[in-house]
Amino acid sequence: MFIINCPYCGERDQSEFSCGGEAHIVRPKQPTELSDGEWAEYLFMRKNIKGVQFERWNHAHGCRKWFNMVRDTSNDKIHAVYKMGEKPPVI
Amino acid sequence: MTKYRINKTRFVDQTKTVSFTFEGKKYHGFEGDTLASALLSNGIHLVGRSFKYHRPRGIMSCGSEEPNAICQINADTNLTEPNVRATEIELYEGLRASSQNCWPNLNFDIGGINNLISPFIPAGFYYKTFMWPKSFWKKIYEPLIRLSAGLGKSPSQPDPDIYDHKHEHCDVLVIGGGISGIISAKIAAKNNLKTILIEDKNILGGSTIYQNNKNFIIDNKKSNEWLMNEISELEKLDNLIIKTRTSLAAFHSYNYLLAKENISDHLPLYKKNGDIRQRLWKIRADRVIVAAGAIERPLIFNNNDRPGIILANSVKKYLDFYGVSTGLNNIIFTNNDSAYETAVSLFEKGISVKIIDIRKKSSSDIVKNAEDLGIRIYWNSTVVNTFGYKKIKSIEIMNLSEDGSNVTGNIRKIQCDCLSISGGWTPMVHMHTQSGGKLDFREIDQVFVPSEKSENHINVGSCNGDFELEEIVKNTNNKVKKFLNINESGFDKISVLCSKELEKKNIWLLPNTISEGKTKSFIDFQNDSTAKDIKLALREGFKSIEHVKRYTTTGMATDQGKLSNMHALGIIADTAGVKMGTLGTTTFRPPFTPLTFGAIVGRSVGKFFDVVRKTSIHEWHVQNNAKFENVGQWKRPWYYPINNENLHEAVQRESKTARDSAGILDASTLGKIDIQGSDASEFLNRVYTNAWSKLGIGKCRYGLMLNEDGMVYDDGVTTRLGENHYLMTTTTGGAANVLSKLEDYLQTEWPELDVYLTSVTDHYSTASICGPNSKKILKKLFPNKDFSDEAFPHMSYQEAIIDKIECRIMRISFTGELSYEINVESKYGKSLWESCIRAGEEYKISPYGTETMHLLRAEKGFIIVGQDTDGTMTPVDLQMDWIVSKKKYDFIGKRSLYRSDTIREDRKQLVGLLTDDPNEILEEGAQIVSELDKKPVEMIGHVTSSYFSPNLNKSIALAVVKGGKKMKGQKLFVPMENKNINVTVSDFIFFDKENKRINA
Ligand SMILES: [Zn+2]
Repeated sequence: MFIINCPYCGERDQSEFSCGGEAHIVRPKQPTELSDGEWAEYLFMRKNIKGVQFERWNHAHGCRKWFNMVRDTSNDKIHAVYKMGEKPPVI
Repeated sequence: MTKYRINKTRFVDQTKTVSFTFEGKKYHGFEGDTLASALLSNGIHLVGRSFKYHRPRGIMSCGSEEPNAICQINADTNLTEPNVRATEIELYEGLRASSQNCWPNLNFDIGGINNLISPFIPAGFYYKTFMWPKSFWKKIYEPLIRLSAGLGKSPSQPDPDIYDHKHEHCDVLVIGGGISGIISAKIAAKNNLKTILIEDKNILGGSTIYQNNKNFIIDNKKSNEWLMNEISELEKLDNLIIKTRTSLAAFHSYNYLLAKENISDHLPLYKKNGDIRQRLWKIRADRVIVAAGAIERPLIFNNNDRPGIILANSVKKYLDFYGVSTGLNNIIFTNNDSAYETAVSLFEKGISVKIIDIRKKSSSDIVKNAEDLGIRIYWNSTVVNTFGYKKIKSIEIMNLSEDGSNVTGNIRKIQCDCLSISGGWTPMVHMHTQSGGKLDFREIDQVFVPSEKSENHINVGSCNGDFELEEIVKNTNNKVKKFLNINESGFDKISVLCSKELEKKNIWLLPNTISEGKTKSFIDFQNDSTAKDIKLALREGFKSIEHVKRYTTTGMATDQGKLSNMHALGIIADTAGVKMGTLGTTTFRPPFTPLTFGAIVGRSVGKFFDVVRKTSIHEWHVQNNAKFENVGQWKRPWYYPINNENLHEAVQRESKTARDSAGILDASTLGKIDIQGSDASEFLNRVYTNAWSKLGIGKCRYGLMLNEDGMVYDDGVTTRLGENHYLMTTTTGGAANVLSKLEDYLQTEWPELDVYLTSVTDHYSTASICGPNSKKILKKLFPNKDFSDEAFPHMSYQEAIIDKIECRIMRISFTGELSYEINVESKYGKSLWESCIRAGEEYKISPYGTETMHLLRAEKGFIIVGQDTDGTMTPVDLQMDWIVSKKKYDFIGKRSLYRSDTIREDRKQLVGLLTDDPNEILEEGAQIVSELDKKPVEMIGHVTSSYFSPNLNKSIALAVVKGGKKMKGQKLFVPMENKNINVTVSDFIFFDKENKRINA
């Protein structure tokens, strides 16, 4: 059970948050111009890394803000949290 | 005093007698006893039968690792509990315990026959044998296995006890109240850190507290006396909470730990009066010090499971802690020095003792001590067999060959009534690994010890692989100081004298003259797996420890293999000829010892099990005899029976009344999202499949929402309240998820949009009135309002006032009838509803529930998301192409609607089904086939909604069928258990295809 440092609220228990999967997958601006393959790449393909992974998290039972988090999935160490739209830190 | 209570100790109060029963017979013990020590004091060793062979088994240990002494407590009462370890339960007045795994009784066990046929029950026996013939399963195998495989009986009545949860935060949590835990807690608390020390026993001190031996001296005192003094000082410290009878259940990441405190388990029956029984502590600790100790290992030799064969340190604890001798003629069988402490203790109490040691010699102080006392030691020897059915009577020993792989010389037989065994020690690394820590294998004494250093927790004492008193004290002091950044502690100048083990030897499976196939050398005592089972598994090709474990069931009993895992690994390594450290270990999972369900759920029982949401009209429904249905957390009226109507009769009447005159539905549970902002229209354009920009103010529109994969996600009517203001409705169950999804897109994909979302589901109550007389009822309610089709057309909205209450009226319909939904602030919901009922009285308005609503909409072929869809249906599959905008450049899921997979013509598509027999009602979920004789039978779809329509006087159904769009008129079959139902594919709109009634 992690402690997550919400960029808006501060440290809170993991039970207040929900995870939204891999971060920095931008929805294509012109989906209709994509091939099936390109669209599938956006829609289905996720890295699911064992190690350092960039993830989306939502403070669902708190401020309801989405933010990004860098987490090592092998040991759950959280390296950074940052707001949506901010540049990912170099880890 | 009984024959076996030979010693007075400070831990058991022999002035306070406690009576209890075992197997129906009454016995006495004393306050401070465990059930196990009390049984042993009465000379009772036989406490159960083994799981597979039903061999007699006795108490083997004194702690949580106990594999055999598993009892049912207080059978046939509401306090009963199965799988309780006799070694852990404190004796109390009135305790009733019985043995679990025996039938018809402990002394005559019919399953014992398995023991005689055991050559035929090897590893994987259950997998191999009970496979065939299939017909034997239900009548022969299963009852037989169930009868003879006892893991206790679960209670048949509700648990009367209260269980509690408590959150706690601290600077330092120390797990384990043995000597290293006590040193750690003292250092932490003295340095101004808020410290919690938990210990699963009723008193602190671990095994040092009864280590009364001249070879173990701390600061010139015997170790037990020194520790006693430390404990009394510890109890005076301010910022230290000591929690005894509290066992750690789980060690999660970020130092989040669960511990279970027993509050009333040890109290006499008459004092257990429904107060809190157990408390689950949820602890968040800044730093954790694990001082969990070590478990003594058994030795693996032929017939090593007889009652009276007990771990050596446990024999010592029963003697020096409880004052109970486990036998009067003892033999100790060991591979290490620690068992010599037991020998010296026994000797000093005047009990006969001999020692068998597999080593050739040992030159330590404690061994010299035993030799000086004149205790007979058989060096370089091993036990090759044991005798005695219900209690050990004698053993046979032989000499070991030079390399220990074989036995030589003559067999020597020795009489005994107790055999104490010690195969060395296994550090309790469970906590460390649960928290994510790794292990290293230490070759010299064949143990796994915690490896990589964590910033947030350390292991100290014997769970860290320190087994000698001096190491334990000094290493604990140094480690804790470093961990907590402390320069000096009160333990820096401590002097420790102790016996040191110089000669080490370990043989995982001791050799024998008899061929392996004829021996029974038990590894897992509770699940009855033997060394030969492990070897068989390896021969049959299992290599991974995880596979061998499952195939042989080694380590899979309620003790989670605390005594067996290391030997299983050792034998696998030896047999496969690989190094033990390379095999890895099995995964230790929480809980460390079994938790009661009560402790897990705490107060969340009964009405606190889940949130219950009720509409403001709920009380009216209750008063009017509604039966309720759970929809998510909501209680929704299901139907309103009159007199003794059943569901079917009530629904037929409600449906008929709604279409013939008027019906009223509490629609307050539908999700409602208030949407405002200058980009609100654009936002709706992007989230719904149809176009929204041109929707006039005061108009309503139905919308379908997809996932990005093109599958239908939710639907509902949205009303434009103003230029930049909409009210969206969602399905009852989907409300929270839809809001989350919309917020996600707004925050992450389209932050440039000026849109604000507010959940207002609970803010409004909704009465939905439908039927040909609904307009008349509305006119009565709002006499000043013009309800003509011109002034108030279908799919529009107006504001109105009733009894000074502001309302929003939407003319929308989910039943196909002329229909109005009146929304008011929730606090006025019941008053509005009652006004509607009064106004409708002259038209015999009928309240209707969810079942009638489902029927009415099914007659019209309106889908229910989640019933007729399952996350694999596109709008095209649902024949709802009309709602998918061709003009819009983009919306959520649009691109997926022409992926190669979604344009397949043989996808499951929504159709209507009519049964050839109009009175035959299909079962929802029933499978549909096109050919009955073709094998294998191909399922081409399933029924999603099915009702008997009173308005059409026949059965109707919605279904999804592969390529269904093109099958209209085709005959299909719905095979049921005892018949095949003939059906015909039809249009899915059954009633009023021309939509005339909406404007009736
Ligand atoms: Zn927050």
